[in-house]
Amino acid sequence: MKAPDRKLWSKLVFDKLVTAEVSLFSYIPDFGNTDIIKMAEEHNETQTVLLSSEEEGVAICAGADLVGKRGVVCMQSSGVGSCPNFLSLIKGGRFPILLIVTMRGDYGEENHWQYPMGQAVNPILESMGIQVIQVDREDELEHAVESSISAAFTGGQGVALVLSQKFLGAKAF
Amino acid sequence: MGTIDRRELLPALIPNPDKFLIISGLAGASKDAAGLTDDGPKLFTMAGTMGASVPMGLGVALSAPEKSVISIAGDGELIMGIGSLLTVSSMMPDNFTIICIDNGMHAETGGQLGHTSRRTDLAIMAEGAGISSVMTIEAPEQILGASKFILNEPGPRFLWARVSDGPPTPYKRDFNLSTRREIFRTAYLAET
Repeated sequence: MKAPDRKLWSKLVFDKLVTAEVSLFSYIPDFGNTDIIKMAEEHNETQTVLLSSEEEGVAICAGADLVGKRGVVCMQSSGVGSCPNFLSLIKGGRFPILLIVTMRGDYGEENHWQYPMGQAVNPILESMGIQVIQVDREDELEHAVESSISAAFTGGQGVALVLSQKFLGAKAF
Repeated sequence: MGTIDRRELLPALIPNPDKFLIISGLAGASKDAAGLTDDGPKLFTMAGTMGASVPMGLGVALSAPEKSVISIAGDGELIMGIGSLLTVSSMMPDNFTIICIDNGMHAETGGQLGHTSRRTDLAIMAEGAGISSVMTIEAPEQILGASKFILNEPGPRFLWARVSDGPPTPYKRDFNLSTRREIFRTAYLAET
């Protein structure tokens, strides 16, 4: 199975986020979020924030929400392990959040180091009250992005849009 | 350790708190901040999420560039999220100030000594992160100068306030983070 063109699907995700008035893209670089962040850097109504740790992005987006703005946190799945304490803001304070998680350690993974955290992503997110919307196939993406945006920014929920390795393709070693 | 009584620090440092949006980290820093503003609508205090006060303040500063924003953190809080100094430096928000109220200990949990009671120099760390303006104070007579530093020096600014080991302001603030979010948003959006 051939992985979908990253530039094309990244543009779909980015355009929908911009249409939904997301102005702040915080991130720890990952292969999977490379193009989304590049588009956010080049767009004149969005700003990118390079983080030192993924949990920072949760707090930065909560700060943006305090003044009526919308942000997302883009991270590799290993970064989900950095976030739980700060996700208290979401579950306890009803701050909206949209995490865009590009998976490692699931389908087709060849790096053994990635398995433990990859398998912990969903239990960790769900334990902190974050709704997981997972994409395994290209034809699921558009509706999954729309659902994530709606649940987070209209519904005031914590949402993780999880792009699996079945969708992304696994990294070769 | 300094000779500043922390209960007298913020009122002298920020005589017009209403002009700022303020985010404060857990424990003593938030008690002092709530005492300063009478737990006002443009203050968001924390009682958990240790390390979140600087990045949350950064998120406010980046999203409301027309406002002056202050994050107030204890030394333990700041150190837990120390990487945020680098993130702040990379973004260079001119409207953002970080104040670290450093008593050299974890007072909230019983006074266990912290890293700054030993050899750590937070001013050098802030400079090393690339924060444009950095100031250290440790005596009450330096507070007035620090107040001018916050208003006049180019941002982002980092003020390291070394205080004595006395207690924070005895203020009982609202712990309901959900209603405090609404109060802050409503107050900000009403002004803009």
